[in-house]
Amino acid sequence: MNNRKYLLKKFMQAMITIFIVLIFNYFLFRVMPGDPIRVLIRNPRISVDALAEIRAQFGLDLPWYTQFIYYLKDLLHGNLGSSFYYREPVLNIIMERVPATLILVGTGTIISIFLGIIIGVVVAWKRGTKIDIIGLGICLILYSTPAFWFGILMVMFFAVYLRVFPTGLMSLPGVAYSSLLDQFMTSLRHLFLPVLTFTLIYIGGYAIIMRNSVIEVLNEDYIITARAKGISYIQLLKRHAVPNALLPLVSMVAINLGFVIAGAIQVETVFSWPGLGRLMYTALLNRDYPLLQGLFLFLTTCVVGANFCADILYSYLDPRVKLS
Amino acid sequence: MSDNRTVLLIKKKFSSFWKTFRQNKTGLIGLGILVLFALMAIIGPYLISYNAASVEEISTILNPPDSEHWLGTDDLGKDVLAGLVRGSRISLLVGITSTIISMLIGAVIGISSGYYGGTIDAILMRLTDVFLVIPWLPLMLVLTAILGANLLNVILVIGITSWASTARIIRSQTLSIKERPFIERARAIGSSNFHIMFSHILPNVFPLIFANTILVTAIAILSETTLSFLGMGDPTRVSWGMMLHFAFEAGATIIGAWWWIIPPGLAVVSVVLGFTFVGNALDEVLNPRLRRRER
Repeated sequence: MNNRKYLLKKFMQAMITIFIVLIFNYFLFRVMPGDPIRVLIRNPRISVDALAEIRAQFGLDLPWYTQFIYYLKDLLHGNLGSSFYYREPVLNIIMERVPATLILVGTGTIISIFLGIIIGVVVAWKRGTKIDIIGLGICLILYSTPAFWFGILMVMFFAVYLRVFPTGLMSLPGVAYSSLLDQFMTSLRHLFLPVLTFTLIYIGGYAIIMRNSVIEVLNEDYIITARAKGISYIQLLKRHAVPNALLPLVSMVAINLGFVIAGAIQVETVFSWPGLGRLMYTALLNRDYPLLQGLFLFLTTCVVGANFCADILYSYLDPRVKLS
Repeated sequence: MSDNRTVLLIKKKFSSFWKTFRQNKTGLIGLGILVLFALMAIIGPYLISYNAASVEEISTILNPPDSEHWLGTDDLGKDVLAGLVRGSRISLLVGITSTIISMLIGAVIGISSGYYGGTIDAILMRLTDVFLVIPWLPLMLVLTAILGANLLNVILVIGITSWASTARIIRSQTLSIKERPFIERARAIGSSNFHIMFSHILPNVFPLIFANTILVTAIAILSETTLSFLGMGDPTRVSWGMMLHFAFEAGATIIGAWWWIIPPGLAVVSVVLGFTFVGNALDEVLNPRLRRRER
């Protein structure tokens, strides 16, 4: 398969996925019990005629396929409806919260991948020894720990018991800072615990993938050749094993995105971090359906897009995939 | 006669299986943990009285552990240990039943996709890919919010959202089994497709399904805990996740009521570890040739 054909196939797959999600998203929020008009208009004595008129105004008397096309049209114009609770357009609310999540998730992901690679390589190098067993054990325990519970323990220990870090939020509300440096340090202190929680939860997964990948690469023929040439072990790892072992990690990062979002929802909830995850939690508690629907669509589109990017990146890094 | 022989055969198979399993140390530890929690769920509630009668007495609210309440009390003066024991029933029940649903869907989709191939395979695999790529927690949260947060819906939602990886594994296994001579033989003597899938392919993919089931149960329990913590659990049937939700909402973190936070979480971690240990051990014993597996 040539390059363009491969990319086209992947692009079509991503588009089909998004379309299925759109249909799903559209109908899901329409099978809900209750009449949306009745919810909006809280007058129980409204006449049947007036109700029909309002229904026509909102286009609810049209057949479902016409409604669906209107829904798609609105989406293309960036109109995701308005939140019941905030009384604001959903897209605006979501966009306001994106930076906070990006800071948390971005920092956490970069640190956990970086440390995960190092731990994975060390553990693979020492495979079969005590370090390997202890390392794998810790990774497995962290994998089995609910992210939110780990976050709560962090808050209880560092913020409530030791009082060295704030319990939550991104900054202190209503405080004037004496200098920019002061403001920066405060932000850093607020960022520390959430990022630490996020990093520790995901380190295990990356480390295990890296470990298995390095061990697999070490069994390849070219490694034996390199060894036969008399190359030192450090050089072997640095020049041959690690660069090749990094490949599975690329697709792993994309596949893991679902878990990253799950982590963000939990960590942001525990630390009152004003991002998308916390927004989802409050939308759930308020049963703010338009906001929930918008958030779900936004997050899913991001994940599908990221997976597509990872596919492209992977096909450049490892041309063999296009052949299969 | 033949019944007797089958029993003997099963006994023999089981004893050889047990012999291999016994050598797996982590598998045994996992099994021990699971037996302990199963006992706790089955007979625990009869041993511990769930006494919330003393609510009006301020002195019993949020007490740290003492000789009367081994794990202290919550903000309503209820015994945390009793809540933990009762919660084990809900958490295990949801984990196991939702896994059964997920396995049924995964097996049906995986086997029919691999067996029929062609258009059916293409459609089913596209559907599987969609379920694999959609971020699972938002999907579960949105579904539960719409259907209503009660025990049955939580079970259904976890079941219908977590079958995708199972379907993938079973499909690839079905693909290789369907090429074997005995399937061709069955087809030659006129067996129906349904009969071949049910009585020839299913028994052959079963060992794989079995090990996978145990691993999926671990994930299902984690999912239930997370859903409940985020307020999408059944408030009348308090699981470990729901206990943590109530504790968090009552500000147990800030008060420093560690006795209310640590036990439910530790219980979740132990059970999930137990299932993971047993699942991995079963995988090694039942599928020695398929050792290479991701996650």
